[in-house]
Amino acid sequence: MRRSDICIAEIAECFRGESDILCNPIGISPIIGGRLAKATFAPDVVMTDAVSVLATNTLPIGDQDAPRVIESYAPYRTIFDILWSGRRHVMMGATQIDQYGNQNIAAIGGFQKPKAQLLGLRGAPGNLINHRTSYWVPNHTKRSFVSKVDVVSGPGYDRMGEIGEPGNRYHDLHRVVSNLGVFDFDTPDRRMRLRSIHPGVEVAEVVENTDFEIVIPDNLELSRVPSEAELEIIKIIDPTELRYSEVQDA
Amino acid sequence: MATIEITLEVIYSWDHRKEKRVSVVNKILTEEEVVAQIEDGMTIGVGGWGSRRKPMSLIMAIIRAGIQDLTVVSYGGPEIGLLSATGQLKKAIYGFVSLDSIPLEPHFRVARQTGKIEATEFDEGAFYLGLMAAAHRVPFYPTRAGLGSDMLEMNPELKLVESPYPDKSGKHEKLVAIPAFDIDVSLVHMNRADQGGNGQFLGPDLFFDDLFAMAAKKTYMSCEKIVATENLLDEGSVHTLRIPRIFVNGVVEAPRGAHFTECPPDYGRDEEFQKLYAATAKDSDLWESFRSRYLETDSHQEYLRMVDSRKEEK
Repeated sequence: MRRSDICIAEIAECFRGESDILCNPIGISPIIGGRLAKATFAPDVVMTDAVSVLATNTLPIGDQDAPRVIESYAPYRTIFDILWSGRRHVMMGATQIDQYGNQNIAAIGGFQKPKAQLLGLRGAPGNLINHRTSYWVPNHTKRSFVSKVDVVSGPGYDRMGEIGEPGNRYHDLHRVVSNLGVFDFDTPDRRMRLRSIHPGVEVAEVVENTDFEIVIPDNLELSRVPSEAELEIIKIIDPTELRYSEVQDA
Repeated sequence: MATIEITLEVIYSWDHRKEKRVSVVNKILTEEEVVAQIEDGMTIGVGGWGSRRKPMSLIMAIIRAGIQDLTVVSYGGPEIGLLSATGQLKKAIYGFVSLDSIPLEPHFRVARQTGKIEATEFDEGAFYLGLMAAAHRVPFYPTRAGLGSDMLEMNPELKLVESPYPDKSGKHEKLVAIPAFDIDVSLVHMNRADQGGNGQFLGPDLFFDDLFAMAAKKTYMSCEKIVATENLLDEGSVHTLRIPRIFVNGVVEAPRGAHFTECPPDYGRDEEFQKLYAATAKDSDLWESFRSRYLETDSHQEYLRMVDSRKEEK
């Protein structure tokens, strides 16, 4: 079993139980995982073709010519309207993430004079405060799981606690999937917890590669391994194996 | 003053179905005539999105004219990278700056990391509200976006507002007030337009071009092709006619006017040329040869000839 396929099954799991929302994963593995969820246990979510329509059929990633069964029109303006309505679950990347889930995709070394300009805030501030959000980090190291992010693009639970009610009422930071495990914030003080560990990964490896103290539950579960049927669907969604370039095997 | 007796015959004579007679005002201009309206220090709104349907022939004309100290407001693409590389950009106000297939605009990256330009960065959705506030002539629109993130710290001029209306628990919610953008001139590129500046988009997404047109004091529209008003519906359904001429001060016919950005269904992005442009951000010799070959051309047509001759040379 390739590590990447386990990650994709766990990304899909982030969307289990969702219906009548825009399932909006961004990036290679998130799109594959989101489309896997829709093709299997979450058929009632809607998804974009990554351009401007909502397509009901299972689309191969990056294939501009694949036939689309279009169920609605979703130009960027509509995406913002859906975002503000709350009927959306986005999965974004995070160059840096901290123990309360603060995410940085904006800049390394601060905004005013960045050492490295990254993508920018993009839609993170609005996403986090309006609807459920998950993150995907394909390279779990002390440089990505950091004690303090350089810029807060997407606010985590400590920042939103300071905002308080009613401003924080739609904030719902769901899960973080990395190449080592799955993480959530189901702890009394909303600090990051190891939810499951991918088969073949040791807890020590997670601890060594995380620059903050991570909550480890007593009876830790293993991440789910995709079924044969799911692997077949993953191959249909990603026929050129883009996913293997994003996640290295152990 | 002579009066006209209104008869059915007179009314029908104005009916295009009968006489193909159109009374739309003529606002056709050249790139140079548009750029003559732009002064040093102005704030320019640029339509499109990333490396998609950007009014590049007008941006190239701004570069030729050497207008300085510009502020650009946009869902940013190569217009921000190019104008910062030529030293004409003072400040960028943006939701992001991307070339799509190259996620971060490389000249923008250099400009940010060297501190060459001022930057005001908004959440992408918040940016939409700044445009809409300007279009609707209100001082701001409220949003939750930005609370808890560093957007407020990055932009100390942004203020909060408290809702005058209590929620069910009696609390007054605090929101971020996104100020209306103050845009002197907007530039947008359409697939088709008529001579009066009625704009038509035929691709998958209008983006926010109608709001850019409404938000600015003056708006100039380039298009792939100017068609007769009565022929606009031959090009696409009525739903594609999204920018009425009341928001447009001039229209420029610029075939391949969005090059090297995409302008579907007329043409896709020139990825090869975009890569060539991107590579110039890391190499001053490459930039100098790119600049002298493509940016020192004397017209859009000449620019296109240089682009095409490069393909022939290969």
